[in-house]
Amino acid sequence: MKYLTEFRNNDLVQKLFHEIRQITTRPWAMMEVCGGQTHSIIRNGIDQLLPPEIELIHGPGCPVCVTPLETIDKALAIASQPNVIFCSFGDMLRVPGSDRDLFAVKSQGGDIRIVYSPLDALKVARDNPDKQVVFFGIGFETTAPANAQAVVVAKKQGLKNFSMLVSHVLVPPAIEALMQSPTCRVQAFLAAGHVCSVMGYWQYEPLAEKYHVPIVVTGFEPLDVLNGIYHTVLQLESGRHEVENAYSRAVQREGNLPAQKVMQEVFEVCDRTWRGIGMIPQSGWQLNAAYRDLDAAIRFQVGDIRTQESSICRSGDVLQGLIKPHQCPAFGKECTPSKPLGATMVSSEGACAAYYNYGRFIEHEQVAP
Amino acid sequence: MIDFDNWVCPLPLRDYPYIVMGHGGGGKLSNDLVEYLFVPAFHNPMLSSLADGAALSVGGQRLAFSTDSYVVRPLFFPGGSIADLAINGTVNDLAMLGATPLFLSVGMILEEGLPMNTLGSLVDLLAAAARTANVQVVTGDTKVVDRGHGDQIYINTSGVGLIPAGIDIAPQNARPGDKILVSGTIGDHGMAIMSVREGLEFESPIRSDSAPLNGLVADMLQCSTAIHVLRDPTRGGVASSLNEIAKSAGVGIALDERQFPVRPEVAAACELLGMDPLYVANEGKLLAIVAPEDAEAILEVMHQHPLGQDAALIGEVVSEHRGKVTARTGIGGTRIVAMQIGEQLPRIC
Amino acid sequence: MCLGVPGQIKEVYEIDGVRMGKVNFSGIVKEVCLEYVPEANVGDYTIVHVGFAITRLDEESALETLKMFEELGVLEEELYPDQPSAE
Repeated sequence: MKYLTEFRNNDLVQKLFHEIRQITTRPWAMMEVCGGQTHSIIRNGIDQLLPPEIELIHGPGCPVCVTPLETIDKALAIASQPNVIFCSFGDMLRVPGSDRDLFAVKSQGGDIRIVYSPLDALKVARDNPDKQVVFFGIGFETTAPANAQAVVVAKKQGLKNFSMLVSHVLVPPAIEALMQSPTCRVQAFLAAGHVCSVMGYWQYEPLAEKYHVPIVVTGFEPLDVLNGIYHTVLQLESGRHEVENAYSRAVQREGNLPAQKVMQEVFEVCDRTWRGIGMIPQSGWQLNAAYRDLDAAIRFQVGDIRTQESSICRSGDVLQGLIKPHQCPAFGKECTPSKPLGATMVSSEGACAAYYNYGRFIEHEQVAP
Repeated sequence: MIDFDNWVCPLPLRDYPYIVMGHGGGGKLSNDLVEYLFVPAFHNPMLSSLADGAALSVGGQRLAFSTDSYVVRPLFFPGGSIADLAINGTVNDLAMLGATPLFLSVGMILEEGLPMNTLGSLVDLLAAAARTANVQVVTGDTKVVDRGHGDQIYINTSGVGLIPAGIDIAPQNARPGDKILVSGTIGDHGMAIMSVREGLEFESPIRSDSAPLNGLVADMLQCSTAIHVLRDPTRGGVASSLNEIAKSAGVGIALDERQFPVRPEVAAACELLGMDPLYVANEGKLLAIVAPEDAEAILEVMHQHPLGQDAALIGEVVSEHRGKVTARTGIGGTRIVAMQIGEQLPRIC
Repeated sequence: MCLGVPGQIKEVYEIDGVRMGKVNFSGIVKEVCLEYVPEANVGDYTIVHVGFAITRLDEESALETLKMFEELGVLEEELYPDQPSAE
């Protein structure tokens, strides 16, 4: 598979591990922002093969994990209404709301459909003119152009039965919030490759400068991740703090201008609560005035939602890199992928799920032979 | 009557007051239903062995008995149909006990409005599949439900076969040192279905691998008396089957990712949908756990059979991490191959 | 967060004024929205995320990156031929 296989070449991977070991002289803690990167690291065992001085702190780059509890509860309320077809990406279906998840709503008769793309949801709306079709528009900046496009097309085609429940989150304000936290141990960031394909990386330059942290744009295949780590260690060891691009085949400094244009047309910046972290100002996108009539939260007036987070869930601490998943007392006991307490255990990219599923915490059970 | 309030076991079923789709996915939720609902209710040693079929002693002979229901949508897909699955599925369950499959029943639940032509095609396909598998359909049943209550057609097949003397094949027999073989490429069937559902076009379409494995198993049994476990990795894929076996036998399993046979188009489809071939259903493949000294010979015999040409040695049974399955990753790390929870959902993010 | 898969553009057309195309992912062809990669044409590779191409893949950069990996440590080996190198 072109552009995939070459970047999984084991000989080159081992070479990079060797080089990283050669240049690392001191402990360094770096954060990979993107859940897809966390997934790749844990699934391939990259963290196991790095020199012990290098610590990878898993960041809050999982849009499924950070969607605010209130928004999940709104989704559940909308999806439960008769005459609604609720379309969503697969990962969202098992995210726990205050008292249930979308799967449970489906089992009680809610018409919930998994879609691969927001364009599929538009098709559902065209095919079902007598129903209200709602699309759960979550994601980081990578997914925003697609969601923006769906909204633009819906308006242009006069699809009156289509609306979107929007919960977009932005990376740079999150990095800023993390760096301002007094308990932050992060010394460098591996920036999310595909977010940067869309947004470019110029937004990170003031952050690198202000907080003296190297920020290296990093991809997802083993070679790409190691390339990002390698250049990050080079900077840390030599005391530099610059923004560098280690995913040059897919990212340019200015990003994708046509995509940015459509997002500006449809969205406006807003304050956003990140589940488990709290409110980060100006860290989200919502539909702007021109497209607000397609906002499902307004159309369905899902009113006073009283949220109830699990009292023992420590997703927030995991998302901020303060603890590793297996350090949470509920990990593997009250909280497992089949009965998750928080979103980090549900999403396939959530750090807790990755740790559990790929066994960063192997419990040697006494199984009777 | 199950007293839900006084269970002492960990609470998986209590978290779901209703059946959800995941309960049919072949992963942990399905197993929870079996372990916490069915086994306690029916309570006998033959059921508790939890193989895909039951091995029963009747009048001095050993009878294999198995049942399977088919609800797949779409009814027809590249490489097969619900009819092929229905016959081959039960034939394979019997073969996995080491039995010679002999007789099948076919029960159908038809939805009012199903075109007679469709039914006719499916019945022809059932007959053809039975002939290919060398079994006879000897009894059956048909019911019709109101339009809107049945999703066109559901098929159940049950089957019986005879287990020759001296054959003892069961999940509990896996022991440390055994080698694990797979008869061919993994993930074909599940991705064939997924691609029709997701509207993926293919230059060469992914075809389901639905096939009767009794011929291949017979060849393997002729070659070696040290085949300890056979399993056809259907729903939940290779990962779920091996996890079940590891747990049943109280052993660990260590796989090598570099050895998994996967067709390039299946690998590409999995990339696109964010799925892992290890968890995708197969309908014409088997896993064999065999004594190490016979592994090469059995592999050779498999390669000679049309259904085993891509057979590979993918791992071994170990005494570490009992009950768990691990895999060496392509770059030399180790990861756990965990039990799937419900059904595998296409990952997008 | 960004399951983006590389594929090659086989066909480009318009549907309702939106630039669309067929993209080939190692033998699987899927319809993808190309509205945000106006510079990408038939034969080019793109990264596709939730049915949308988000960037054109630059072959030259890819080759340069791979070359850099190949050359890593080469100077070191020349200077210190007796040192243990990568396994």
